[in-house]
Amino acid sequence: MSTRTVLVSDDINRAITRIAYEILESNHGTADLLLVGIPTRGVKLAERIAAVIAKNEPSFDAKASVGRLDITMYRDDLSNNPTRAMTETFIPSQGLADKVVVLVDDVLFSGRTIRAALDALNDLGRPRVVRLAVLVDRGHRELPIRADFVGKNLPTARDEKIRVHLLETDGDECVVIEG
Amino acid sequence: MSQLRHLLSAGDLDRASAIAILDTAEEMSSVNHRDIKKLPTLRGKTIVNLFFEDSTRTRISFELAEKRLSADVINFSAKGSSVSKGESLKDTAQTLEAMGADAVVIRHWASGAANVLAHSGWINGSIINAGDGTHEHPTQALLDAFTMRKRIYGDDSKGRDLVGQKVMIVGDVLHSRVARSNVKLLATLGAEVHLVAPPTLLPVKLETWGVSVHFDLDTALRQVQPDSVMMLRVQAERMNAAFFPSEREYSRLWGFNSERLAMLKPHALLMHPGPMNRGLEITASAADSPNSTILEQVANGVSVRMAVLFHLLSGDKESK
Repeated sequence: MSTRTVLVSDDINRAITRIAYEILESNHGTADLLLVGIPTRGVKLAERIAAVIAKNEPSFDAKASVGRLDITMYRDDLSNNPTRAMTETFIPSQGLADKVVVLVDDVLFSGRTIRAALDALNDLGRPRVVRLAVLVDRGHRELPIRADFVGKNLPTARDEKIRVHLLETDGDECVVIEG
Repeated sequence: MSQLRHLLSAGDLDRASAIAILDTAEEMSSVNHRDIKKLPTLRGKTIVNLFFEDSTRTRISFELAEKRLSADVINFSAKGSSVSKGESLKDTAQTLEAMGADAVVIRHWASGAANVLAHSGWINGSIINAGDGTHEHPTQALLDAFTMRKRIYGDDSKGRDLVGQKVMIVGDVLHSRVARSNVKLLATLGAEVHLVAPPTLLPVKLETWGVSVHFDLDTALRQVQPDSVMMLRVQAERMNAAFFPSEREYSRLWGFNSERLAMLKPHALLMHPGPMNRGLEITASAADSPNSTILEQVANGVSVRMAVLFHLLSGDKESK
């Protein structure tokens, strides 16, 4: 098995910073902005993006603008895979109604996770807009879904594996392709 | 986390799988507080509630749990079905199998009925025991454990067991499937269990249960200082002989009233699986006191049963 590192810590930070600015630009500021991460690493990325936004826009309350969305119960492969543990879903007290929700995940692959996330959001409220931010887009979509904000496009073979390591969850920081 | 196919006994659960179910129930309970109380998880699955014995809360609770997970639900009660024409459990089960049931929730007056259904080969789906005779009622034990954990640890209850908790189970242990399942699950979760009952309402071979046995409620309450007291229903319908002289005497010696409530620690839990015989094993003042968890137990029942259904019905059937 070969492993190659495609992003290192600085690359990841630059990508996060750029995504944060792109979100601000497309939203014309921080009005109604809510970042919702998909566990596990999506939540950490959402927190970091929120921190970058808060640094530039002091009026933005990073803590009150980050949520987490567990999609376990909405997956379309529940009867094929071993039982997954359900984790907490948390939406800030301001709710989803009429917000600009940016879903955040680490890797965009088949698009099925995002499909499940859209269904889960639908049961929690009705945002005005839903956007998608991902650290890595590796292609091989199986559904008509695309990301609005992409850290890095990585062309991969379907049987390769992408691993995202973040300081908070893995102790080191890099993106590697195993194949 | 081990993959379970059936839930027949509280003894089927090891510590890890019991805690996994309780933790999932924790998330399910947050779903039960949303505006849209529904998850798509069991879409396309058919679940049959097979009730050969009367039940209010268990049947409604299972039905609600199944519907909140989007399963198709069929309710079958022995009354008004072909069972009253003499159809056997085998034929009923094979009929359900032919109709494609993915899971069967069974309540039966015969101890071991769920076990027969699971291992007979009559039916391929998952079997969930919702009470079999005087044997077991595992989802009740799970919801009781969930209720204790939630009262004790609040928002911090995930991942916790019940080590160090003293639980006293009082009353008709002999006929109680709730007591049997609770004794097993509480032991798995590390709690210390005390049984208090008149000798006529205790089963034989209690020494194999790993519990302390007391015959006097007031003495036991003083000595043990329990964290939770679980009152059992006096099961008059199963009593074919005189187990105690009179209801008044039972209520005086074994019933939970305000005097006994005053002997508890301030935050101790007073539990009852329902339905209550108010005035017999529990007085209205005790049942409606702040220590009482009776309505919480009902609400938690839905979340816990959603968690059980999720754990049994999701995941790879072949690998189980």
